Amino acid sequence: MDLTTQKISIIVSKGSLEGIYPALIMANGARAEGMEANLFFTFFGLDAIHRKRHEHIKLTTVGNPGLHLATWAGGLPGVSSVMTHYMEHKMEAMDIPSIPEFVEMISDTGAGLYACQASVDLFGLSKDDFIDQVDGIITVGDFYEMAADGHILFT
Amino acid sequence: MPTATVAGTAVELNDEGFFVDPEQWSEEMVPELAAREDLGELEDRHWQVIRFMRQEYFAKGTGPTVRALGKTSGVSVKELYQLFPKGPAKIAARIAGIPKPKGCI
Repeated sequence: MDLTTQKISIIVSKGSLEGIYPALIMANGARAEGMEANLFFTFFGLDAIHRKRHEHIKLTTVGNPGLHLATWAGGLPGVSSVMTHYMEHKMEAMDIPSIPEFVEMISDTGAGLYACQASVDLFGLSKDDFIDQVDGIITVGDFYEMAADGHILFT
Repeated sequence: MPTATVAGTAVELNDEGFFVDPEQWSEEMVPELAAREDLGELEDRHWQVIRFMRQEYFAKGTGPTVRALGKTSGVSVKELYQLFPKGPAKIAARIAGIPKPKGCI
């Protein structure tokens, strides 16, 4: 197939399990198809590349109707951890990598990983807070320049 | 179904350039198939991946994805992309004469 889309740039703005995985799967899949792929982590999406937080990404259990769980139940202490654990277990059985492993693998495919400058400043973070695979902290302008002539996905 | 001539033999390829019948493939076709993918002379590591793709296909009915290749072929994900920059599983499958590997991850 002669792909018309040769480049995809994905903005990851959410720090939940279900906010991060789809972006990682789409980026990895794009590289597997031979497309160029870049991930731009902004706002809470930064947790996906945060050295101390990327191992502790949780599933949204409050305000997530797709989970078919009563809102009051989703807010009980420990429910988010239990549901996350359950989901991770299911994913592991399907050989879906954990978020830290997946991000590292995506970097190995040659995809770019970038943190949003404004969000980094907002949360008082620096390059040292992020995993080594991060290629840089860039501005929105840098991102658009990088994304030019390709498609942009926002998750 | 388009028919192509590879190494002097007529083979059936699908619209994406994958072999319809992996039995029509032979090792002599590899240099020509690799040239179609803009790969130069293949190294031993390319061959390792190509042979592994076929082996997995005949054992499991589908070729491995990049992640599976990285875990089981003995070639890391990073090196796989160095060997096949346009997508290791996809390009190696075309050269190995097997259908496109299924799987999202």
